[in-house]
Amino acid sequence: MSAFSKYSRLYRLHLLRRRLQLRALRKGRELHRVTDHTKAIKPRDVLLLTTLRNERLRLPYFLDYYRRLGVGHFLIIDNGSDDGSKDYLAAQPDVSLWSTWHSYAYSRAGMDWINAIARRYGVGHWLLYSDVDEFLIYPFCDTRPLPALIDWLDEAGIQSIAAMLLDMYPKGEIAKRPYTAGQNPFEIAAWFDSGNYTISRNAKFGNLWIQGGPRARVFFADEPQNAPALNKIPLVKWRRNFVFASSSHMLLPSQLNKTYDSRGGEQICGCLLHAKFVEPILAKTAEETLRGEHYAGGREYQRYAAGFSKIEDLWSPRSEKYLNWKQLEGLGLISRGNWA
Amino acid sequence: MTLGVIILAHTALNRTAEIAQYWSDYGCKVAIHIDAKVGPVEFGKLQASVGHLPGIHFTPRINCVWGTWSLVQATITAAELLLAQEPDVTRVLLTSGTCVPIRPARYLIAHLEEYGQADFIESVTTADVSWAVAGLEAERFTLYFPFSWKKRRKLFDWAVDVQRKLGVSRRVPAGLVPHLGSQWWCLTRRTLEAIFSDPERDRRARYFKQVWIPDESYFQTLARKHSHKIESRSLTFAKFDAQGRPHTFYDDHLHLLSHSGYFLARKIWPKADRIYRHFLTKRSLTASELSTSPSNVDQVLTKAAGRRQTGRRGLYMQSRFPLAGQVRSKCAEPYLVLEGLHTLFPTFDGWFAKATGARVHGHLFAPDRVRFHGDVPVYAGCLSDIAALRDYNPEAFLSNLVWNTRGEPQAFHFGPKDQQRITSFIASDASARVTVITGAWALQLHHLALPFAEKRKQAAILQRTEAEHLNILRSPSANVKLLTMTLETALRDPRRALVAVLEHQGLRPGVERSGLPSLTSTKGLAEFLQDLKNDGLRLHLVGNVRDIPDDTPEITRSDYRKTGT
Repeated sequence: MSAFSKYSRLYRLHLLRRRLQLRALRKGRELHRVTDHTKAIKPRDVLLLTTLRNERLRLPYFLDYYRRLGVGHFLIIDNGSDDGSKDYLAAQPDVSLWSTWHSYAYSRAGMDWINAIARRYGVGHWLLYSDVDEFLIYPFCDTRPLPALIDWLDEAGIQSIAAMLLDMYPKGEIAKRPYTAGQNPFEIAAWFDSGNYTISRNAKFGNLWIQGGPRARVFFADEPQNAPALNKIPLVKWRRNFVFASSSHMLLPSQLNKTYDSRGGEQICGCLLHAKFVEPILAKTAEETLRGEHYAGGREYQRYAAGFSKIEDLWSPRSEKYLNWKQLEGLGLISRGNWA
Repeated sequence: MTLGVIILAHTALNRTAEIAQYWSDYGCKVAIHIDAKVGPVEFGKLQASVGHLPGIHFTPRINCVWGTWSLVQATITAAELLLAQEPDVTRVLLTSGTCVPIRPARYLIAHLEEYGQADFIESVTTADVSWAVAGLEAERFTLYFPFSWKKRRKLFDWAVDVQRKLGVSRRVPAGLVPHLGSQWWCLTRRTLEAIFSDPERDRRARYFKQVWIPDESYFQTLARKHSHKIESRSLTFAKFDAQGRPHTFYDDHLHLLSHSGYFLARKIWPKADRIYRHFLTKRSLTASELSTSPSNVDQVLTKAAGRRQTGRRGLYMQSRFPLAGQVRSKCAEPYLVLEGLHTLFPTFDGWFAKATGARVHGHLFAPDRVRFHGDVPVYAGCLSDIAALRDYNPEAFLSNLVWNTRGEPQAFHFGPKDQQRITSFIASDASARVTVITGAWALQLHHLALPFAEKRKQAAILQRTEAEHLNILRSPSANVKLLTMTLETALRDPRRALVAVLEHQGLRPGVERSGLPSLTSTKGLAEFLQDLKNDGLRLHLVGNVRDIPDDTPEITRSDYRKTGT
């Protein structure tokens, strides 16, 4: 019976994966090529994929950060920006850009488009999926760029690694200081929750489901079950039959989600520092609430809009100020595994 | 003395060029073997950049596969070429494309001269090797290995299994004693010529072609036969992780490498610019670099291996999530669960904190909200006092609290009025130390200003809840360290009860000299309990009701050391 249920589960996942692949094929037609520098992609390049809308302010630091980390090429989908993001990106020599005016929600939060691009350009590469307000930190990231990490992962036979979302927030008056283009957002949002995360295992997909942090503590204290998922698997050695099933929270085939050790050991993993609580977030929140294009009808955004007088409340005397990856490792948020 | 250097490379040929140039600058002769898999363009570039330098040779290229004879073949070809074409070469050093000289070459040459005719080759009998992968030490020499270990692991393992069952055992050629060791050696011309001119050479080559990973055994075994003096150590610093993969060094290892005491290191990440720049331009060593401490590197590697294998105890995170039953200790450190104690001793917390150094919280699992020490709304690690957050995952709440406060023992109160879901987690956790005064809730109930009928109702519920709780803590599969005593026992000799509590926390007896907390009044308790019994409630947790002292005036309030002896 257990063997039967195991195989029927795997078969259902297989069908789901095929369905998502077909969706990606169909939704991929909604994308229009703006600039295509994909010919310049070298075999060992790490490719960063993202979907964005009106992020002109954040883009310079975002691109700069990941270039310094060793990303070889950016594959970006612009979903109807009208703030100059598109022109800015089109002028970057290491960015290949697509645009679409179709619905973000109907493409499963952009994942169908991402799957389409990944399958077209990503096969055989390490792909990094990161939003424009997410910044990858991993063990030794200050001395070993991404190409060093992926060389080691290849040698160790690791296909994917986890990097949970770490929500960063400001303290006191600085919360009202607006962000300026090119600035490191963590000069403003320098604080985080170090030890209030809850984990459970998703039996169907085999991934861990992580919640907690400041959003659960302040915005979802009365209904923690609805707090946003923080688990992410953003770095994957892509193959033709892979798909992102639900953002980068989980992938298929499901063995890609086994980024943790279940017998007590620690695997290598990183964090995505999340520069969400940086002004101008209020304007963005209002807009996204109206658009209703986000997960669960923009429920998260609605809650922020309702509770946003409380942005200063995120900080607590027990908040931790961000220093570096070693601090995150010491706190048990990331691990080097056996990468010494 | 002239040193000949063999470089076996297959990637990052720009680095190969730099290294070849380096050896050439020091007057060494270099034979470069580039894997046949490398394309002609890349190879051409390398030839163009260093081919014109004096004493640099390229050897015929063959396709090298890890773990097979091809690597030995490439080495032999290169060594023969150096010996034949560079008559002044007296020693040959074998390196890979990812080896970097971490001490200036003149120190290496001086070191070799100091040792005269010694051959530097790690060479250990199979019985003494513990580092080989997959436990194949002696069997490397006696089985056949038709399948690739890297690409056909299952077939490889299957073939080994089958041969073990069939009792396959190849004969080691007469006169040879199998030895293993690091493949990075430095042999003298005399020894190499003896190996190459041995009349048995071809027969032995045929044998070693079937040995698994012959580059770790061919020269290691034959040097034992032909060398006059073996210095069994490698000049090249190479480390392996628990899975047998070579450890890669990066820019942040620069300090470790320069203090390792070795002359070369492998393998260096080809894009570690700082390492290459530093060591390839280095001309002399500082005093601190001459005093070596290779153990530092071992510490780093051992720590990483341990982290991968066992991880940090009590940590639940995105890459460590032990499933039920995988670990006995579920929290990072021992923590103390106190049940009923502050009912008997109202000033228990301060006394206990002083006696044990523990942080004493209130009822962490109180239904309305978390009672952290000091009643703060947010505690260590940003744990919230909001009950809904805690109750969403109480196990994570507790393990997070203990993790966030490592170094400071945590204690908290618990009782039948608290949220009970955490019980099974505590029961299964070897780091939990629980002290229960069973039936202590009755004393609390007695002090409440409630009608008797209401107390009777509550007593039944509390007794049932506590009995259930104790059943789980006492279940055969539990790992918790548990101490229970009845309310009656504790009241009859409160001093001994407190000493027992301290001893249960692993503390030396005698700590109680700091004074003992005062006992609450028990006036009328026995009568109250008897009334409950008379009303039909079977009290099975409080102990023998008739033995409960009516009140304890002579040992209450202040100091009852005198009476407690």
